This record gives sequence, C-alpha cells and structure tokens, in this order.
Amino acid sequence: MDKKERILIVDDEKIVRESLFHWFEEEDYDVDTAEDGETALNKYEKEKFDLLLVDMKMPGMSGLDLLSKIKAIDKDALIILITAFASVPTAITALKNGAYDYVTKPVDPDELAHLVKKALEQRALKIENIQLKENIDEIIKPDNLIGESFQMKKIYELVHTVARTDTTVMIRGESGTGKELVAKAIHINSSRKYFPIIPVNCGALAESLLESELFGHEKGAFTGAQFKRKGKFEMADRGTIFLDEIGSISLKMQIELLRVIETKQFNRVGGNELIKSDFRVIIATNEPLEELVKAGKFREDLYYRLNVFTIVIPPLRERRDDIPLLANFFINKFSRVMNKPVKSVSKEAMDFLINYDWPGNVRELENAIERAMVVGKTNLIIVDDLPFHVSSNSFGLDGDAKSLSAMEKKYIQKILNENNWNISKTAQELEIDRVTLYNKINKYGLRKAEY
Amino acid sequence: MDIFIAPLKFYSAPLLQNLVTELSKRFSSAIHVIDLKINLEDFFSTEREQYFSTQIIAEAMKLTDKFDGKIILLTDVDIFVPVLTFIFGEAQLNGKHSILSVCRLHEEFYSGVSDEHLLFQRTVKEALHELGHCYGLRHCVDWDCVMHSSPGIEEVDIKGNIFCRKCISKIEGYKT
Repeated sequence: MDKKERILIVDDEKIVRESLFHWFEEEDYDVDTAEDGETALNKYEKEKFDLLLVDMKMPGMSGLDLLSKIKAIDKDALIILITAFASVPTAITALKNGAYDYVTKPVDPDELAHLVKKALEQRALKIENIQLKENIDEIIKPDNLIGESFQMKKIYELVHTVARTDTTVMIRGESGTGKELVAKAIHINSSRKYFPIIPVNCGALAESLLESELFGHEKGAFTGAQFKRKGKFEMADRGTIFLDEIGSISLKMQIELLRVIETKQFNRVGGNELIKSDFRVIIATNEPLEELVKAGKFREDLYYRLNVFTIVIPPLRERRDDIPLLANFFINKFSRVMNKPVKSVSKEAMDFLINYDWPGNVRELENAIERAMVVGKTNLIIVDDLPFHVSSNSFGLDGDAKSLSAMEKKYIQKILNENNWNISKTAQELEIDRVTLYNKINKYGLRKAEY
Repeated sequence: MDIFIAPLKFYSAPLLQNLVTELSKRFSSAIHVIDLKINLEDFFSTEREQYFSTQIIAEAMKLTDKFDGKIILLTDVDIFVPVLTFIFGEAQLNGKHSILSVCRLHEEFYSGVSDEHLLFQRTVKEALHELGHCYGLRHCVDWDCVMHSSPGIEEVDIKGNIFCRKCISKIEGYKT
C-alpha cells in the first residue's frame, strides 16, 4: 500500500486548523498542524511534509515569511497559501516567492480537493520521474460481466488489446447485451482506472438538456441554475466518457461532439472560460450507424472519428452456453438482495432458459430470474415461475402459436392492445424496459390496429 | 449497534421515512428517529448565512449520552466549516456523531428542476458516507464505492451507492 502523503496546516486560528485537519484526515492524508510560523518551521526541519497549507496573515512570522524560509531549506517544498482577501499584488508576491498557488477563504471544497490533488500528483511525478502502475496481464472484469463462451473470450481479448491505448472504441450490440459493462471493463483495465468512467445516455435526454449535461453550465446560465455544474466531459477528465445510444443525438449536437472530441476543449453553457479535459471516448450503439450516415442523419466525419476500434457483443441467443452461468449469477445476486434462499434452477426450467431466444438479451434474463425469485415458493426455480411460461389459453392464443417467439409476439400484441398501445404501461406489465419493448415491436413488426 | 436519525429543521417527512426504510434494508441494526432539542439558530453565522456544523455536532454530543449507537443529524439548512464555502456533511471519524445537510442535494439548485427521486438517491449516498466515517472509514479511491470523496454534487452523482468490498468489512451490521 502507498505511504500516505503528509500535509502540514499552518494557521493561527484554532477553528480553521481543526476544520482543515478534519477535512484532510477524511481525505486519507496524514495531517499535522502548527499554530504559528515558528512551530511550522521547527516541524518542517524535523519531519518531512509533502505539502503545506499556510495562512498568509499570522501574528509573528507571516505566511510569506514562512514561505521564504521553507523555500530556503527546500526549494521543491510545495506550499499553498490561504488568504482571507484576494488581491492581485498578494497573489503575485506569493507566486514569485515560490508558492504553488493560493486560495481565498472560504474556498470551494471541490477547488481545494482538486488543487491539493494536482499539486501532490505533480510532485510525485517530479520525484519518481515516471508514474508506475501495476502491470497485470490478465484482464480485470467488472463483477457482473459474465460469460465463458468463445464469443465472450474473444471480447475479453479485444478489451485487453484496446484498454492500454487511448483509442476511441465503438461497442455495438443489441439492447441488453451489456455494452456498458464492456465499456467499464475497458476503463478499469486502462491507465485511467483511478479516474471515473462517466456514462451518458444520449437517447434519454432532450437536446437542450444534453448540452448542459455534457458541457455543464455556469451559475445563472438559465432560470433556476443557482449553482454552476460541471458537465460530463469535465467530470471525465483523465477518465473515460461512455456515450450510449450515440445514434440518437441531433445533427447540431453531432457538430459540437465532433469539435469537443477533437479539441478536448469546450465552454460551459453560459460561460466564457475554456475548459480543457483529457478524456477517452467509448461509444455504444444498437443502431446501424452506416445507414444513418447514408440517410444523412449521422455525420460522416463523426462516424469515422468514432469508428476506430469496434467491439461487437453477440446477442444472448448466439452464446447460449453462457445462459446457465448468467442464470446462477443472477440467482446469487437476488438471493442476497431479497434474502431468499433460492439455490438453483430446475433442469426443465434451465432447458427452457437455454432454448428461449432472449430478444431482450441479458437484461431480459436478469428480469426473468428476478421475477421468478419473487413468485417462486421453493428454493428451486421451476418452469411455472418463469414469466413467459403461461398456458396458451390464458393468452387467448390460437393453436398455430407453437414456437416461443410466435407465442411472445402474440402475447406482446395482446398486452399492447389491452393498454391501448401505451408503451410505458405495457413495458411495466411485461416487466421489461421500454427500449426492449420497442425492439420487440420492431422485431415482430407489430402495428397498432386501425379502427 | 443502533442508528439514530435526529431531524433538525428538516421538513420533508417522506424523505425521512424513505431514508429510514432504505437504511433498514441495508443495516441489520435498528434505525430510530429521535428528537433532539437543539436550537440551530445558535449556530447560525449572519456573515455567511449558513450554520456551523462542527458546533452543531458539539452541541449534540452533550445531549446524546443515552443513545448507544451512531447518530446522524439530518437537516435542510446549509452548513459550513470555516475555510470551506459549504459542506454536504461532517462526521466524527471513528466516532458517534455526524451531520448531513440535504440543502445542496436538491436538484433545483443546479438545473432549476425538482427531482425528488434524485434527492433521495443523493441523501442515501451521503448518509451512508457520513456513517462510513463514523465507522472509521476514510475516503476510498473506488468510484463505485459510496466512500469516494464528493466535494461537489457531480461526484455525489457519479459515485456508487454501496460500499466496496474493502470498506464494507468495517461497517458493523451492514447486510452484504
């Protein structure tokens, strides 16, 4: 485990020392305090500190005096000055004397955290010359990326290949196949893993919201914006941004997106400051982008910018070997959450799960297992517990509907009609999400009856 | 060890109830709502128009000897510690008391649009986070862990709402 970085807080006000001490302690730093410049100097001479936070105005030795004295001992000492009143001459003097930076009381917690982290990282880089990270050959998978089929093994190989680069990755696959999990696998196997992966569902947001969501906004940028907010691109600094359902964004936003991806610079909505962010881009789509390009709905330049390295996730019906593994994984998961001692799936029910076509893919399987565990009465899931196992009579199906997909088509049509084609209500009743329902409607070519 | 929630100038009964329900699902400990006689106005800074959280916790310490467990002071008012412009919460590391303000967890402050579900999610995360400090946890590097630091609302939203495997081992009575 890394040794904790040591911070010395120098302030004559006890309350300030204590609150900063407490705050940095929670941040997992090794913190010490000094109530004046002399004590700080003594401590610095005896012990080693990675960073000093020094109040500018103290009785006796001032913050600036302390800065000069410490710099005389160690020219690389990292010192941030704290001042109650910011002024340009003070700032210039502080920086000229070798302060790393200065902040004005009270300081925004986000700003302080960022400043301290940045200062310490720069120091670490300077000392070590190079940032060493562990070298693991084996890919680390997110806990819930499951599958041992040859198709999934191939995907793990691709993840491994691309993770260490900064290449843009396009993940394709039907709804519910786990595109976000693959994106996460790439992120946590990359050198960016200590920074966040920021998912954005482009399809779920209106254009006006998407802009503010992606780029952030300044305080007062629009009615009700009482505080500034950082956007997703800014939050993804040194991490990864995962843009899901990329095919659904407007042409106007596509231009913006292309510009940001190429320049890594943008303005917050209502702001003039140019924000820089070092992010990696992973996108996902279940739409045929090539066709959207041909139809003029997706910019060709953006398509080529994004289509650098593609990973295609097969639908669940093409990797049926993984179904038992996935089913057991979900049983374990839900038995913990629901506190129900369900152990496994009966052979008959498992055969059913393996042979079903899963148009909603892994997400649909997860929902099916969850539902079965809610309705099941024993510690074994049986066919009767599965959501789609119902007698044809109860559906009002005709005798021709013998295959599972034919049965599903008729059943969805029936529930849609019962709910007057209200998609949300139907999806809720079928216990699937709306996207899966839309996919099924398209797959089976279902249409609302004309009266 | 029981968990006690003390609402102080906290006006959303449904949010309080939902928080109690959520914590009850996650902890095997009993969750109680208690009434502490603390006049928050004593800790109001007219200069900053905020309430000084460290002093509120100090006052709570005088009144809570009889409660054996962890205590979360829950408030709607905006809180601060000197030096910082605001804080979402403060906790005694490895101690008994913490305070959580939902004031800046309201979405309307950022987008102008109220979102009660998001407020609930944020409140749960920050309540777990402050409790985590009381159980001795410091900030975690794992973004999926609720103990990741969140100096701004963006980090509150990004981080996970569960404890990571490493942190969970320190939380007494947490259902895995």
